[in-house]
Amino acid sequence: MDITVNILLTIATAATPLLIAAIGELVVERSGVLNLGVEGMMIMGAVGGFGASYLTGSPWIGLLAAIAMGAVFSLLFAVMTLSLATNQVATGLSLTLLGLGLSGMMGTSFVGQPGERLPNIDIPGLTSIPVIGRLLFGQDPIFYISIALTAAVMWFLFKTRTGLTLRSIGDSHTSAHALGIKVIRYRYLAVIFGGACAGLAGGHLSLVYTPQWVENMSAGRGWIALALVVFASWRPWRVLAGAYIFGAVWIGQLHAQAFGIPVPSQFLSSLPYLATVVVLVLISRNKRLTMMNTPASLGQPFVPDR
Amino acid sequence: MMRLELVKRPQRSALFSALSPFIAFALTIIAGAIMFALLGVNPLTAFNIYFIEPISQVWQLHELAIKAAPLILIAVGLSVCYKANIWNIGAEGQFILGGIVGSIIPVLFPQFEGPLVLPLMLLLGMVGGAAYAAIPALLKTRFGTNEILTSLMLVYVAQLFLDWLVRGPWRDPQGHGFPQTIQFGDSAVLPELMPDAGRANWGFVFALVAAVLVWILMSRMLKGFEVRVLGSSPRAGRFAGFGLNRMVFFAFLLSGALAGLAGISEVSGAIGQLQPVISPGYGFTAIIVAFLGRLNPIGIVAAGLVLALTYLGGEAVQSALGISDKVARVFQGMLLFFVLGCDTLIHYRIRLIGLALTKPQDAAKLEAAPKLKEAR
Repeated sequence: MDITVNILLTIATAATPLLIAAIGELVVERSGVLNLGVEGMMIMGAVGGFGASYLTGSPWIGLLAAIAMGAVFSLLFAVMTLSLATNQVATGLSLTLLGLGLSGMMGTSFVGQPGERLPNIDIPGLTSIPVIGRLLFGQDPIFYISIALTAAVMWFLFKTRTGLTLRSIGDSHTSAHALGIKVIRYRYLAVIFGGACAGLAGGHLSLVYTPQWVENMSAGRGWIALALVVFASWRPWRVLAGAYIFGAVWIGQLHAQAFGIPVPSQFLSSLPYLATVVVLVLISRNKRLTMMNTPASLGQPFVPDR
Repeated sequence: MMRLELVKRPQRSALFSALSPFIAFALTIIAGAIMFALLGVNPLTAFNIYFIEPISQVWQLHELAIKAAPLILIAVGLSVCYKANIWNIGAEGQFILGGIVGSIIPVLFPQFEGPLVLPLMLLLGMVGGAAYAAIPALLKTRFGTNEILTSLMLVYVAQLFLDWLVRGPWRDPQGHGFPQTIQFGDSAVLPELMPDAGRANWGFVFALVAAVLVWILMSRMLKGFEVRVLGSSPRAGRFAGFGLNRMVFFAFLLSGALAGLAGISEVSGAIGQLQPVISPGYGFTAIIVAFLGRLNPIGIVAAGLVLALTYLGGEAVQSALGISDKVARVFQGMLLFFVLGCDTLIHYRIRLIGLALTKPQDAAKLEAAPKLKEAR
């Protein structure tokens, strides 16, 4: 029983960064912007979070720094694609490349330093309930943020007027502009929100998942988060489900390696990436579903005419 | 509060089209100077070590050519993809597969020697890279799967596969447990161009030939026209009877083959055996090379040399100043950023507007408009 609880807990820990980054990117893409820089913003969040926590001694300040780092870094992308109307695919890629380099440089002095883990929430009484106690009431704070964030984004996108406006911009920026909606302003806010989420996801990696700084520690999770958004056909609750499936794959291969299954560890390590490809193929086979849900102006630059 | 406003030019500006990479480079230098100053290093000293010293002797120019060759080979292929609006970002994986498949002969059949070995290896490398690139192409054309994500995911798979090979079945039994294959035999090593002057090998010649061939393809042949039409307007392309699916395969196979050639050239030339890591991110840096070179093969040759210099400079500042060689990655990322930003100037004029100022002006314009009409 304890093993099952432990495995479920590790799955939640592996799924949380994927979920947060994907939820952020979902909002960005719903506004019609494709930011391929998730991996870069995530790794910047990870290094910023670890650095601030290491220098101040407080993982909570680290958490805030991770969010701020992701948001500031995404601003670069926003200025380029929204104000200067650059190609979104190329700009997102360069954000990732720059993030991987910059984080490596900033983190040189943090390599091998012990980090402090963000403490788990412990509610006396509730946490000690067998099985569900630790699953529901004893996890790290970012886990709760991730669940609340998913619910909040669901409510925002589908139950509020602003959310409706955001989605309308994603479907047709020209019509939205004609209606007098400030397309660029909405998109700026969406991109920064996405950046903050990616930063938080990175902070989870360096403050909870493995409380230390390792170069390239995001290991493609930003890209998997991007794939999750497509997999979820731009719906928050499906992102939640997808993130947990991928968390399970990630943890499953780690446990399989630990149990000494007679398969080379490299093959097991490649499972999350192969699973991403397979899942993308399965979801894109259903063309109508994809067509219906893809924000129609996703990835297209928009320059307001006067 | 200030605001940027883009005003569409009636036609693309030839001036900025030519100037943009240079402006971008200048901006990168300025940003780099600020970065070095923040790191507590005199920017002039740093630039001297970074950009001048690594290319001040003949043998160093050979090192530059070694680094530039894979970048140019890959970027030339990618430029065709990106012109066609097809996003292959998995060249790193295709590079690795080219290295692996091309190494089949020297690793598994080391007794096979002679003048045929090298051409066969290069051919196998191209086949390996192209076959690996065919996967995202097939998934895109058959199922409509996003090629950006699939091609990228396959990079991780390729890296792990290579890692397994050199630690497992292909490991040199006499290698004292080091994760590497046997050293390639003489007939499997890409010869150096001028062994007396430096290490540069035939890979650089391949890169130049590929650039010229792709330039001819893109500017003188129907296929190149097809690429451009489908890239700028898929609808127009369909009316002209150009198949988008065929184009996806063409672009992926071409760029995959060139990345594969780069991979096997690197393995048989600069390295001489397979190791767990055979590329310092050439496949990703080549994306920057492609854009810095304006997706034009000739421009890409120049851009490849510049980006190769950022690698050498990174190594130089690491050993001379103790700064992480990640500084190269930062330079590369900044360069791409500035290039993309400057490219905006080709299609738009940029006006800076103070918000407070615009409003009365706008009002004046609105008032003036009807009067103008009356005047006519």
